[in-house]
Amino acid sequence: MKLALGPPLYYWPRQQMLDFYETIAEAPVDVVYLGETVCSRRHELRLPDWIDIAGLLAAAGKQAVLATQTLIESESDLKTLRKLAEEKAFLAEANDMGAVRLLAESRRPFVAGPFLNVYNGATLAMLARLGASRWVMPVEMSREALAGLQASRPAGLETEVFAYGRLPLAFSARCFTARHYNLQKDDCQFKCMEYPDGLLIRTREKEGFLTLNGIQTQSARVYNLIGEIGELRASGVDILRLSPQSQHTPELIDIFRARLAGEMATEEARSRLDVIGIAESCNGFWHGKPGLDQIAA
Amino acid sequence: MLSGKPFELVCPAGALPALKAAVDNGADCVYTGFKDNTNARNFVGLNFDDAQMREGIRYAHARRAKVLLALNTYPQVDTWSRWTAAVDKAADFGIDAVILADPGLMEYARAKHPQLRLHLSVQGSATSYEAINFYREQFGIQRAVLPRVLALAQVEQVVNNTQAEIEVFGFGGLCVMVEGRCALSAYVTGESPNTAGVCSPGKAVRWEQTGQGMEARLNGMLIDRFAEGEKAGYPTLCKGRFEANDETYYALEEPTSLNSMELLPRLIEIGVKAIKIEGRQRSPAYVAQVTRVWRAAIDAALREKREFTVRDSWMAELNKVSEGNMHTLGAYYRPWK
Repeated sequence: MKLALGPPLYYWPRQQMLDFYETIAEAPVDVVYLGETVCSRRHELRLPDWIDIAGLLAAAGKQAVLATQTLIESESDLKTLRKLAEEKAFLAEANDMGAVRLLAESRRPFVAGPFLNVYNGATLAMLARLGASRWVMPVEMSREALAGLQASRPAGLETEVFAYGRLPLAFSARCFTARHYNLQKDDCQFKCMEYPDGLLIRTREKEGFLTLNGIQTQSARVYNLIGEIGELRASGVDILRLSPQSQHTPELIDIFRARLAGEMATEEARSRLDVIGIAESCNGFWHGKPGLDQIAA
Repeated sequence: MLSGKPFELVCPAGALPALKAAVDNGADCVYTGFKDNTNARNFVGLNFDDAQMREGIRYAHARRAKVLLALNTYPQVDTWSRWTAAVDKAADFGIDAVILADPGLMEYARAKHPQLRLHLSVQGSATSYEAINFYREQFGIQRAVLPRVLALAQVEQVVNNTQAEIEVFGFGGLCVMVEGRCALSAYVTGESPNTAGVCSPGKAVRWEQTGQGMEARLNGMLIDRFAEGEKAGYPTLCKGRFEANDETYYALEEPTSLNSMELLPRLIEIGVKAIKIEGRQRSPAYVAQVTRVWRAAIDAALREKREFTVRDSWMAELNKVSEGNMHTLGAYYRPWK
């Protein structure tokens, strides 16, 4: 199995982001997704910057993929989307059907992203026909549901599974981080930059519940399939996606790489991940349970 | 300028009595579902069996109203045939349009029943004309229901750039998340709208009177706690009170519902084709009352155009059935975002 680093979901200062990808260029990861997928107001890096980073990563032997914004609302969002779709030097990940339309029109292969709602073979076959060379399983999908899809998977289509990180669970027109400061989205003062791994919300019993990341809502817990590597492999999964966090992402990649290579036992990998993780782990979705559950191996 | 085209009022019919209430009170269309997880209101005691569906269609058609069928959850591999069978039945029964979210199912419907009219469900998450035009080119959808995320100017932009008819939400429950892109309920309960047709399902809800107040839990997770005398609402997980940075508040959304009635003249003017009332889970009395008020409002808006105003008497009627809930314009009003 290959390792992918998912698109950065948080808003980090420009220099931090550039430094981050300098480090990633040296890390043992095969595929790197780039671009702003969450909020159109975030502008520390723009498409030309992402293309530069893609070039840097490609030169280091990685497959760089430009990911499209997930929630498209305005004409200016569409303008950015069209520019990305015309960027022929790199593979693109389509995160809504408008992006699929544009990429299919330009007859370019693309990655069908995790928010396209691929739940059955008919939809998967249609995307493959339109040019998808890879698809990313919806985060809420279980091992059993995946097995059904894998059985009828079109030839040559790669399967990628979100395997580590706070789960991107929902998108809204509303910015919840701005709302926390009683600010409107149009005047958000970029408060999300103060939360490099999102803003945790807890129940009134102090239990971690969700994480606010601008217009995106994530899990409080970190989805972690390190204990399910064998099952993922047996399911014919080609690529595991790790989601960037502000600290320790290179170590995270190293741990998964060592585990995949059989150089590190599951228990050791798990305890090392516990040290660098930003919250406790969960793996329920894979087991067909509530996502926040942690099912013992 | 108002277009001469009809502007349709689309009302919820959770079961046969609600269907009749909607039709009798002026609905142009009612939308329905079968008794299973093929639709996003898969609630106990709700929806139609075959005989009820045939009777509903007969009743509506005799009164020149259309019946739409929501098949707007995402079929999975092992249950695929339940959805295709539902599409076949819809065509056989003479349903006026099926409301679909899944591209694979649209492809099936298009191939097997080319005469069957397809509407893109709000669960399809199409928020731009590029996305809507994708479904139109691929499957010939004739209408798209917009997620509740666009500001009014953005709705207009969509209408101006697609041949598909556009339907928007007008009144009722408000999803604060983009429909079809929300797995919050799956994260907490294991069941979500996309796959199970439910959000914050009743079987996961537990009420408990404690020393600190009435507590509402979802699969054990505390969603809200109500002081004595405080109205205790259903624990839909995005509408509870949570803590962030030591502040306790409605972190995602207040327990409020959508009411876009004041926008009616603008919606008609920009070419929106239909307005949808949410609430298949609501009673026939609710459906009757809300349909009656919205019928009057739409007729007034068509007549009075920009002179239209929302009558106090309408709001009084609506408040009777929505239990004095707070109302919002939601994303139509940009500052809400």
